[in-house]
Order: sequence, then C-alpha cells, then structure tokens
Amino acid sequence: MKLFKGKMTYVFIIGLYIILEILNKTGIINSYMMQIVKFAGINIIMTVSLNIINGFTGQFSIGHAGFMAVGAYSSAVITTVLFKTINWPVYMQIPMFLLSLLVGGLVASFIGFLIGIPTLKLKGDYLAIVTLGFGEIVRAIIRLIQPVGGARGLSAIPQYTNLFWVFVFTFLAIYASRNFVNSSFGRACISIRENEIAAETMGIDTTKYKILSFTFASFMAGVAGGLYGHLLMYLQPDMFSFVKSTDYLVFLYAGGMSSISGSIVSALILTALPEFLRFMSEWRMALYGVLLVILMIKRPNGLYGGKEFKFLQIKNNKRMLETEQH
Amino acid sequence: MTTILQLLIYGVQLGSIYALIALGYTMVYGIIRLINFAHGDFLMLGAFVGFFAVSYFNLGFIPVMLLSMVVIGMVGVAVERIAYKPLRSKPRLSSLITAIGVSIFLQNFPRALPAIGPAPRPFPRLIPLVNYEFLGVTISSIQIVMILLSFTLMLLLHLLTTKTAIGRRMKAVSFDKDAAALMGINVNNTISITFFIGAALAAAGGILYATTYPMIDVYMGSVLGTKAFTAAVLGGIGIIPGAMLGGVIMGVAEVLATSINSDLGYGIGFVILILILLFKPAGLLGKYTIEKV
Repeated sequence: MKLFKGKMTYVFIIGLYIILEILNKTGIINSYMMQIVKFAGINIIMTVSLNIINGFTGQFSIGHAGFMAVGAYSSAVITTVLFKTINWPVYMQIPMFLLSLLVGGLVASFIGFLIGIPTLKLKGDYLAIVTLGFGEIVRAIIRLIQPVGGARGLSAIPQYTNLFWVFVFTFLAIYASRNFVNSSFGRACISIRENEIAAETMGIDTTKYKILSFTFASFMAGVAGGLYGHLLMYLQPDMFSFVKSTDYLVFLYAGGMSSISGSIVSALILTALPEFLRFMSEWRMALYGVLLVILMIKRPNGLYGGKEFKFLQIKNNKRMLETEQH
Repeated sequence: MTTILQLLIYGVQLGSIYALIALGYTMVYGIIRLINFAHGDFLMLGAFVGFFAVSYFNLGFIPVMLLSMVVIGMVGVAVERIAYKPLRSKPRLSSLITAIGVSIFLQNFPRALPAIGPAPRPFPRLIPLVNYEFLGVTISSIQIVMILLSFTLMLLLHLLTTKTAIGRRMKAVSFDKDAAALMGINVNNTISITFFIGAALAAAGGILYATTYPMIDVYMGSVLGTKAFTAAVLGGIGIIPGAMLGGVIMGVAEVLATSINSDLGYGIGFVILILILLFKPAGLLGKYTIEKV
C-alpha cells in the first residue's frame, strides 16, 4: 500500500526534523521556542483527533481535554508513581515511556468507549453538554485521588518527551487519521455526519460507528496527554479544564471541519499566535479573541474547510472531501 | 434536620442565581440555537458595572441593578449584531466559535484595562445584613431579597413570553425564522430583544451573586456560566420553566454535596445531569421527539 503520495512528504518531514534539531543545537532557536514547537505537535494530535469526532462523524464533543487528562495521568502514574523510572538505566526508560503512552491511550479509549455507549444516543447539543460534564467530572475525580497528588498536582515526572517523539507521534496520528477517514469505517462515519437517518436506512449501524470513532479519537487524545505530561514534568487537574477543551475546539473550527490539513495548520498557527502577540503583554488575549471572531466571520468554514493538502488526499476521493459541511 | 433545612435555604439561594443565568442561555438557545459561551461573561460585566456604579455614583441597590441590566442588555445586543448576526445563515457551529472568541475577549479586555485588572475586588454591601431566626434556621435579609427578586424576575419573564406580543414573536421566530419573516415579524429586532433580555438577566444574576459572595474578578463568569448552562440543559434547553427547575436542582445538590466535600460539590451537578439525560434525553421538561423523514 502506498503511504503518502510519493516519497516527498517523508523527505520533507525528516528534513524539517533535522533542521529543527540543528537550529536547536546551534542555539539559533532557544529552548523556549523549541518548547512551543513541541506543544504545537501535541496540539496537532489533539486537534486531529477531535476532528475525527466533530468533523468527520458530525458528533459535537466539547470535553476533549478530559480524555487528555485521563491519558496524561495514566501514563504519568506508570513512569512516576508505580515505577520510579527516573532512577532506571536509560535503555530501560524509553521502552517504559512508550509503554506508558500506550497505557495512557488505552485507558483513555476505554473510558471513551464507556462514555460513548450511553451518550452517543443523545443528539447534538445534549451530547455536547454531556461531554463537557464528563471533562469536569474527570477533573473533580482526579482532585480527589490523593496518590496522584489530588488538587496539588503530580510533580517530578521525568521529561521523556523530546522533539523526536513529538514528531513520531504527530506523524502517526496524522497518518492514522487520514487512513481512518478514507477507510470503510471513515466513510460510514462521514455518512452519519451527512445524514444519520439515511445512513441508518442504508444499513449502517450508526451507534457502533459513532462509538468506534469516539474510542479511536480518545485513544489519540490519551497518547497526546501522555506526551504532554512528560513534556511539562508536572500535572495538575485544573490544566485540563473546560478552557483547554475550548482551545481545541477553536483550533479545530478555525482550521476547518473535516480537514486534517486545516487542523494541522491552525494548531500550528494558533499555538504560536499568543506567543507572537506577547509584545502586547496584557492585551494579547483580548486581541486573540477579536482575531478569532474576525476569522470566523470572514471564513465561516475555517481556513481549510473541507479541503486537504495534496499529500493527505487519496485519488478519486476529491469529491467526497469537497462535500458541503454542515 | 435543622442543618439540612439550613443547607436547603443556601441551595435555593444559589439555585435561584443559576436559574436566572440559565434563563438567558435558554432564551438565546431557543431562538437561534446557539450556545452563547459569552453569557457567563455578561454576568461578570454586570457585576463590574454594579461595582463602578456604587463606587463612583454611590447608587442604591435597585438603581444599581437597573443600570447594570440596561448597560449589559445593550452589550448583549451589540455582541449579537457584531459577532453572531453575520454568521446566522452559515454552519451553526461557526457561530459557536465566535461565541468562544467573544468570551475570550470579554474576559481579557477588562483584564487588560488598568481600571479593572486581573485582581479580585471586594463588592460593596448593598443590602443591610439582618439575620432572622425561624424554627432554628437562620435566614438573612440578603437571602430573602435574592430569592424573592430572582423569582419575581422569572415570573415577569414567563408572563412576557406567554402573554405579550413580543413573546409570541419570539416563539414564532424560534419555531421558523423564514415563516415568521413572511408573517411580517421583524426577525432581527426580535432576536435583539431576546439578547437584551437574556443579557440583562445575566447582569441581574451577577449583581445578586456578588451581593452574596462579595468577591468579583474577570473570570467569575466562566465557572458560573458552565454551571448555569448545565442547569438549562438539565431542565430541558429552550424551555423557560425547565431552566428554573434545573437551576434550583443544581443549586440544592451542589450545596448539599459541598457540605461533604468541596470537589464533590463541584462535580455533582454534572453527574446528576448525565444521569437524568440517560433517562430523559431531552432534559426534565423537554419533549423527546423522534426525527421523521
């Protein structure tokens, strides 16, 4: 099976990684900016995964940070609380880190599955408020669990997340999402978005596919959470509040629904934008709000609504991607 | 027993504020199907208008309330005209993102203003505090005023929507915008009036909240807004008595659970919401309609 169209994409990604590493080593890009690049990568994973639920399946979930919290805490529990991997030899740390990410993803997807069964029968805005409620409940529960620090937070998490792993997992998330969307599962999901009743009439088990896409997306969010915790070296329940979920909603809609390319571009731009606006100090978040309103009024379908970069397209598939978004 | 009764009074007090805010959510949602994320921030602005009205003009409780309601009502109309109206015919979710944008702006613009800033401020006491003993339960003058005032406002709103021409227009626009326009209803004006009333109620909620919990800051609206929205959904969004019922349930549950543990108090509302939606998918008073082709 052909991966991305041609081999140019790989060359580009590997080249970009090498350039960033060189710039970092030579000190042209300082560690603060590198940190932002890594956050941008994690944000891309989060936005792309939210796109699977909101964009491609047409369900309206606004509690995505909840899954991220579950993943972040599960994986940090493995590397920090259960095993003190920081004292381990280096060659043991990396497999353990990858295992913890996997566990984070699996726990998040299992919770996503459990939440999905009863709630995905709800429609539109009711689903939205339940997912919002879910995110807040996760936060309240973590605050009550003392072994992971409760409201004080969990500190001394080893910093395993580096540029390399961010690149690897961002690539995997984009690759997996693009293949998911173009698989028969993805088509079933898109048909649910376009018209649920028609999809059901055509014999698609709508609840099954909704739960499937929900579980898949929460897996990715869990892995992103694991990366996030091992990058910040500190976790606190209030990091994953509703504000964080709305950040990802903003990234998603500003980039354009049902467009993986849009999610990538907007996660990059909007992660960096508040930093570029930093010279305005106090006023920057106010301006961010205004820019967001202007963006949505000028481009109501987002930057890339329904369009894809060439390397994310699959032949004969253009027409489907260009269908009008609802 | 006395303790529970005492907690119930606190619960109804908190619930009546939730209900006032939930009404704004419900009205706006009912008419343009938009979850107005900026609604909680109207509440915060309302409290600040009240704060400045007291500090600079030394007004009393009722004038402060009216002034704040009118000012914030106009802010609500302006927000709708600038940020939501251009997107009315566009995909519904784009206006949701502008609502988030407006909310970010409304929180951070006052935060950047030197006159307001990020630090919390004490809200002046507008009602003299008198405690009344009744059957072993203490009830303060503030609580009595709050509960009475919120229920009066709700009753007025209920009469407005059911008995007046404006209310009938709102109902018509909410039912079918195009048909309403064909019947000679000015859709834009009706939506503006709805936003005015919704935002004014949020401002009233803000003043009442600040009177009871006298610390105000620019972020106070977001948590309150989330809870009030939950209350609106709990009762059945778009339904006015539902918002009142949901608000009171949320308030009482929260106060009772907080008396056990504060984090439990925060989460309990959402747990109740999820449980109720599992059995009544359209909220307590909502009618669940099966979509027909």
